[in-house]
Amino acid sequence: MDESAAAQARTAPGQRAPGVARVPVSLRVNGTERRLEVDTRTTLLDALRDGLKLTGTKKGCDQGQCGACTVHVDGRRMLSCLMLAASADGREVRTIEGLERDGTPHPMQEAFVRHDGLQCGYCTSGQIMSAVALLEEGRAGSDEEIREFMSGNLCRCGTYPHIVAAIREVAARGDHA
Amino acid sequence: MRSFTYVRATGVDEAIAEVSADPEAAFLAGGTTQVDLMKDEVFRPLKVVDITRLPLREVSGDDDTLIVGALTTMEELAAHDVVARRLPLVRQALLLGASPQLRHMATVGGNLLQRTRCRYFRDPSTACNKRDPGAGCAALDGFHRMHAVLGASSWCVATHASDVAVPLTALGASVRIRGQGAERMVPLTEFYRVPGETPQVENVLEHGEMITHLEIPLLPRGTRSGYLKVRDRASYEFALASVAAALLIDGGTIRAAHLALGGVGTVPWRVPRAEELLRGAAPDREVFAAAAEAALSGAVGLPGNGFKIELGRRAVVRMLSILSEES
Repeated sequence: MDESAAAQARTAPGQRAPGVARVPVSLRVNGTERRLEVDTRTTLLDALRDGLKLTGTKKGCDQGQCGACTVHVDGRRMLSCLMLAASADGREVRTIEGLERDGTPHPMQEAFVRHDGLQCGYCTSGQIMSAVALLEEGRAGSDEEIREFMSGNLCRCGTYPHIVAAIREVAARGDHA
Repeated sequence: MRSFTYVRATGVDEAIAEVSADPEAAFLAGGTTQVDLMKDEVFRPLKVVDITRLPLREVSGDDDTLIVGALTTMEELAAHDVVARRLPLVRQALLLGASPQLRHMATVGGNLLQRTRCRYFRDPSTACNKRDPGAGCAALDGFHRMHAVLGASSWCVATHASDVAVPLTALGASVRIRGQGAERMVPLTEFYRVPGETPQVENVLEHGEMITHLEIPLLPRGTRSGYLKVRDRASYEFALASVAAALLIDGGTIRAAHLALGGVGTVPWRVPRAEELLRGAAPDREVFAAAAEAALSGAVGLPGNGFKIELGRRAVVRMLSILSEES
């Protein structure tokens, strides 16, 4: 679909869903321009995982309650399971795959390994994306503040004390930019 | 999820026209309630008009009023300088709501319009008068620990889930509503509808009308205010009971008082009678207890949520005590 047809599909008035409606979506994911065409019902989470094969972002509850699907959209942490891919069109998306630099893991990823900040690992991508955002938001002033501002990421293995320790360490070192 | 066509709105009036023209169309803002309800087949629009890029995201105002674009996110409003300095009760309610991820997505307009968290409303296999008028209410004989003790009816006992709507109601904030006709301003105290026999009608918005702005009167300097939220978990949980209050105390006398409750009502629950009792009184336990009694006046408990009546009273006394002890 070319650009003008894509624009028309987004704005055509009075159009009704003929079974399945599709929409073109263009995302800048981890610095790379990606284009895909999706069913309008597709969430950003499903577009990343199924459309772009970026399976680092996890689907936990798919209801906005667990935080496993946390990604950064235009620099802010959000839940990709509650955002339509169509709504993310033209946005800058950062996922867990985009944290490493030249093969070196992000300091937060290394700290999670060092502090054993995971057991089963299913929530970990979301925890780390949330933790990186938390530092950028300046919300890691104390353990209490870290716990409060990480409350949207659940860990059913109960690794919370290790997660807080990992974040505290990176915050104290100040090399997370 | 039912299939729908997706339209990105190009302007406020265009969006209103688009939704007004189609009874099966709906606005989409932050989506944190709506996308979830669409997945559950509780909400089944045939057309979704995405309004997230409309220019309704600025916060402005003067020394008396803050004017907030309805698409301002919860995090953006909480971070605003005037909110931090002049409206601590609003800031606290925003930051005690949801999670950081949700607050970066959710808009304040959408927050006011969020649907109840009643599990029966969200489960189409059960009876719910709000979702399916006339079907009955499974909550009355079901799990209703979180449900309302104020403003309920035998048709619906679902709680209004918003935190920030509670201080906004206490402050006398209004919403600016635009439709195809004239723009109108509606105070939040008149915006929400208690369920009565029509729980499917939650507010005065007509199909196609949009909240474009929120107007919040600022508190006089020297006013102490706060938001107390009592819940089952330390964070990321809805209120069992919450209290938004503001007191202007001068010379040992309460000169002005605002009080509203959340988590206990079918709508954000402002209590003018309690505010009257507080005005002109000395800030002591006795008048706080009287205000608390007035605040829960008329409350009716079910077997599973009757505890909220006493919890609500105690939360009122505690909030007012905290404010009166601030130096």
